[in-house]
Amino acid sequence: MDFFKLLELVVAASLINNFVFTRFLGLCIFFGVTKKMETAVGMSITFTAVMVVSAAISWVVYEQIMIPLDLTFLKIIIFIGIVAAFVQSADTIMKKVSPSMYYKLGVYLALITTNCIIIAVPLINAGEHYSFFESMAFGLGSGLGFALALLIMASIREKLEVADVPAPFKGLPISFIIAGLIALAFTGFSGLITL
Amino acid sequence: MATEAKAHELIVSVSPHVRGKETVGRIMWTVNLSLLPAFIMSVYYFGPLAAYVTGLCILSAVLTEHIYQVSLNKKTTIGDGSAFLTGLLLGLNLPASVPFYIPIVGSFIAIVITKLLFGGLGYNIFNPALIGRAFLLISFPRLMTIWLKPTAQFVSLDAKTTATPLGILKEGGLDQLMQVFGDKADLYMSLLVGNRAGSLGETSVIALLIGAALLLYRGYITWHIPFSFLATVGVMAWALGGDSGFFTGDPLIHLLSGGLILGAFFMATDYVTCPSIRKGQIVFGIGCGLITMLIRLKGGFPEGVMFAILLMNCFAPLIDRGVKSKMFGAIKEQKK
Repeated sequence: MDFFKLLELVVAASLINNFVFTRFLGLCIFFGVTKKMETAVGMSITFTAVMVVSAAISWVVYEQIMIPLDLTFLKIIIFIGIVAAFVQSADTIMKKVSPSMYYKLGVYLALITTNCIIIAVPLINAGEHYSFFESMAFGLGSGLGFALALLIMASIREKLEVADVPAPFKGLPISFIIAGLIALAFTGFSGLITL
Repeated sequence: MATEAKAHELIVSVSPHVRGKETVGRIMWTVNLSLLPAFIMSVYYFGPLAAYVTGLCILSAVLTEHIYQVSLNKKTTIGDGSAFLTGLLLGLNLPASVPFYIPIVGSFIAIVITKLLFGGLGYNIFNPALIGRAFLLISFPRLMTIWLKPTAQFVSLDAKTTATPLGILKEGGLDQLMQVFGDKADLYMSLLVGNRAGSLGETSVIALLIGAALLLYRGYITWHIPFSFLATVGVMAWALGGDSGFFTGDPLIHLLSGGLILGAFFMATDYVTCPSIRKGQIVFGIGCGLITMLIRLKGGFPEGVMFAILLMNCFAPLIDRGVKSKMFGAIKEQKK
């Protein structure tokens, strides 16, 4: 296990190939929860945790069950099932074990099931044949990158609350423009690490 | 009662009661003036083309702002010099050889998309001129990287193209840079006066520093962002920029080349897009320096100042939140 490689994976997945700003995935949540900082922070924490665990579970299922049984053509369906089952059980367990935490973060769990990054990460892990720890590092990097995108966007949108944006551009349209401009800035990272 | 009040001449008004002489227009026109030396040097080295490109940028930026505001029945704000400044900065950030439509497209992106759609001056998240340039660099990568060799003859008949110092450093390393410029003293001298290829306004370090001194003297910019930015670049270049291990790099080459001086003094310090708290400004400067050197040393582009400032622009509202000091006597909010 090469520690440097893992670090590289985390940086690459969070900054250089940031899912929101270079692959434009996960936009529904990205625009949905960034109206307020509070929801963005809650979503960031929940998302990163779910991301790491589901990347790990998917790796185990893919490498230990699906490859020996030659079932790799079913990976999309199975990964969706794994994520949905994991999120649902986490939801139920959290409600029983820690109601205060459920009260804070439970709302976001249901949203995550339908996110596209959460299915993209296991698929990329499977495609690149990452090892167990590499898969988790990639999941962690993707989660952190998404969290970063949410925090940046929420802080900018809160600043824009008082701005005199032309009426047709209020709300979602101007958010798309902001996302485009941030993506333009993120192209500066291109070519930094080639995996 | 009414007569009594009249007798004492009581005038009730809301604050502020004492007003300074500074206005947005005054500051913006001073910044424009402080860029004049750099503009003159660009005309000296690149000939009438420099004046043509910069003039076209300014004209199209001011016209775009005017047309947009008139057609939306708003008060036109071209008099305050901010559109002029955006055009000027964009022009000084372009190579001399661009065709006529590049300044026009860049000005449109800078003025309309980056500034006016967000509500005009004071609300934009990103530095307009830099977004204009980044957009052009991504959209027209070839046209935006043809650099003319400076000639110092006002009208040169045969324009030669060459690579920028940072471009040579990226492709061929320090040895090749030395071959082109002779010895180190010659290299530093060329970089200082601006006798090198590059964007129009970024080449002459001395001219830029004269303008920066004016801004610092008038108190329009403070030392926080430029100093932390330059110091971070210097330390990073010294520590990681060398060919033979750590702490052997040459910080001066990195400090004097590229758009660093122009960026650090004139663009990173934009009031609207940098953090407004001093502590945050230092964080902002350090971040700009780190990303600049990361891109210069490891990235796909030879120059990273533009992307570094834009990336830190994204983080500026977040930095302001992070370093906000606690209200005196405030009690931490109780957790639910």
